[in-house]
Amino acid sequence: MSKSEAIDFAQFPSADGHFGPYGGRFVPETLMDALDELTEAYARYRDDPDFLAEFDRDCVDFVGRPSPVYLAERWTRQIGGAEIYLKREDLNHTGAHKINNTIGQALLAARMGKKRVIAETGAGQHGVATATIAARLGLECVVYMGAEDIQRQAPNVFRMRLLGAEVVPVTSGTRTLKDALNEAMRDWVTNVDDTFYIIGTVAGPHPYPMMVRDFQSIIGREARQQMLDRTGALPDALVACVGGGSNAIGLFHPFLNDADVAMYGVEAGGHGIESGEHAAPLCAGKPGVLHGNRTYLMEDENGQIIGTHSISAGLDYPGVGPEHAWLKDIRRARYVTVTDDEALAAFHALTRTEGIIPALESAHALAYAGKLAAELGPGKRILVNLSGRGDKDINTVATLEGIEL
Amino acid sequence: MSRIETRFRELREAGRKALIPYVTAGDPHPDVTVDLMHRLVEAGADILELGVPFSDPIGDGPVIQLACERALKHHVGLRDVLGMVKAFRQTDQRTPVVLMGYMNPIEVMGHMAFAEAAKAAGVDGVLTVDMPPEEMGDLSGCLADAGLDPIFLVAPTTGEQRMRLICEHARGFVYYVSLKGVTGSASLDIDAVAERVERLHRITGVPVGVGFGISKPEQAARMSRVADAVVVGSALVKQIEARADDPEGAVEAVTRLLGSMRHAMDAAHVRTA
Repeated sequence: MSKSEAIDFAQFPSADGHFGPYGGRFVPETLMDALDELTEAYARYRDDPDFLAEFDRDCVDFVGRPSPVYLAERWTRQIGGAEIYLKREDLNHTGAHKINNTIGQALLAARMGKKRVIAETGAGQHGVATATIAARLGLECVVYMGAEDIQRQAPNVFRMRLLGAEVVPVTSGTRTLKDALNEAMRDWVTNVDDTFYIIGTVAGPHPYPMMVRDFQSIIGREARQQMLDRTGALPDALVACVGGGSNAIGLFHPFLNDADVAMYGVEAGGHGIESGEHAAPLCAGKPGVLHGNRTYLMEDENGQIIGTHSISAGLDYPGVGPEHAWLKDIRRARYVTVTDDEALAAFHALTRTEGIIPALESAHALAYAGKLAAELGPGKRILVNLSGRGDKDINTVATLEGIEL
Repeated sequence: MSRIETRFRELREAGRKALIPYVTAGDPHPDVTVDLMHRLVEAGADILELGVPFSDPIGDGPVIQLACERALKHHVGLRDVLGMVKAFRQTDQRTPVVLMGYMNPIEVMGHMAFAEAAKAAGVDGVLTVDMPPEEMGDLSGCLADAGLDPIFLVAPTTGEQRMRLICEHARGFVYYVSLKGVTGSASLDIDAVAERVERLHRITGVPVGVGFGISKPEQAARMSRVADAVVVGSALVKQIEARADDPEGAVEAVTRLLGSMRHAMDAAHVRTA
């Protein structure tokens, strides 16, 4: 049997934030004290009944959880293979899984007495989720966003501003998500006393990959029970898209100790791995150090981080959470890619057969799930994380198809 | 004894403080970096800090970010930087050279391969902004085997316990970050810095340098009274930025500013001696 069966995944990361050789804390010295403070605060509250009750209450009343698990019957029939179930994170308040994490971190920030929160955002989903909870808790909110992304995602920029957040354009480097993250880190280095940095994915220095995973694991905990209640068994396979990897780890983590459940993380294949224009560090990158952690990266022969491409802005990131890097190495999860075109086809397929417009990020997971369903055949069950809704992407899709809205 | 140790001993004996300029290798053009290094030494540099360009310098402010971008336009990588140090060493075997940069270029080259190549090129110290002592792993042994000094940052937010941990690992000198922020920030509180430097001096015998936010000759002079070394980066790089299309003029302007800092520091020393 596989060697990963002997591992108790609940015990990771190690106390100093490592998943095997990955993770850790690679940050300027100025932040080390803040990370210690955060680690301590999180250790105090992660099992605190009051804190957890507050988190759960917000998940129910503010987000609308639990999100349903939905059997995509027509799409399943059309493919003619394994049954495809969807975990409907697209039905959450603000339209994606991102809100689960921002609520957790913002409640923690409030308990730590921080009055100001900052965040980075690519497509704007995490920025909107952060601005949303900041408005609800009355926290000052600054969101860093690449100048390029601001151009591409005007509605989300306006949404954040409506919610009272300041959106700061980042003009350095490639003017996209990775540069927004750099700038947020610099803000944190400068304003470390009163500021809480709400990182949007399971990357960054310890304790972020662990903390974000814990908040997002509500997805997998619910889904595991929902599948048991509904089908009397665990699914045969899980499928989720992976940019930084927070929706995927949120779904996977509560199943990691269930050795018979296969897991597939789907990276953005862009124009195809061979084209070099993609965002697939796990499938085509190498281990390195960026944004506070050791993980797989897209880099050149000198160790410079290189630009990425994906049809989906939310997957357009050159790194990936360290737990995924580790799960790949020990082969507990498999990582695969789906091209822009395949994702787009799945986007249309789900929209037409099920009446659900998925986010382009989630469409990557759907595209792979479609292939896997055909491969596994009838009698098997696949659970896909439908991590977000696609309303935000209709302009992108229209433009690609030469339609002017 | 390492070149850095020797240099600090010589300075102590002469009753002087070290002036450490930072420039990014390859900025504004790789062809002028070696010449710039020599010119900085002529203008009064005691130790050179040479930046290794990186695409994502999270510890740096806009000035050094742009310097990295200018150098990266010419594809200056870690191997090229080592080549520059090697060229510099052809005619200067005495001035210590410290590489300052980020972890990923070293990761890609491999820890041991990097340490050996850096030593062979004539590098003396390695400051990796995003690598605290806890994460050094085998790099620590690789640097030690090659006889390279690991230089660490101590920040205003660093507590007493971490100060001790860092000082245990530090060789060459300890670099005290004089403010909460990235390189090139404003507002220096010299009294607060003096107090922290004193605490470091009580913990370690390794010399203490101060940097981040020192832009004017008189600031350099005042810092040199409390610390063993003064590091100047963004203020010099700004001179390059203003003359990025005129590499020769940039070298002139940088050395002129460094010279005025040297002058102010030495004058301050004469007054206090």
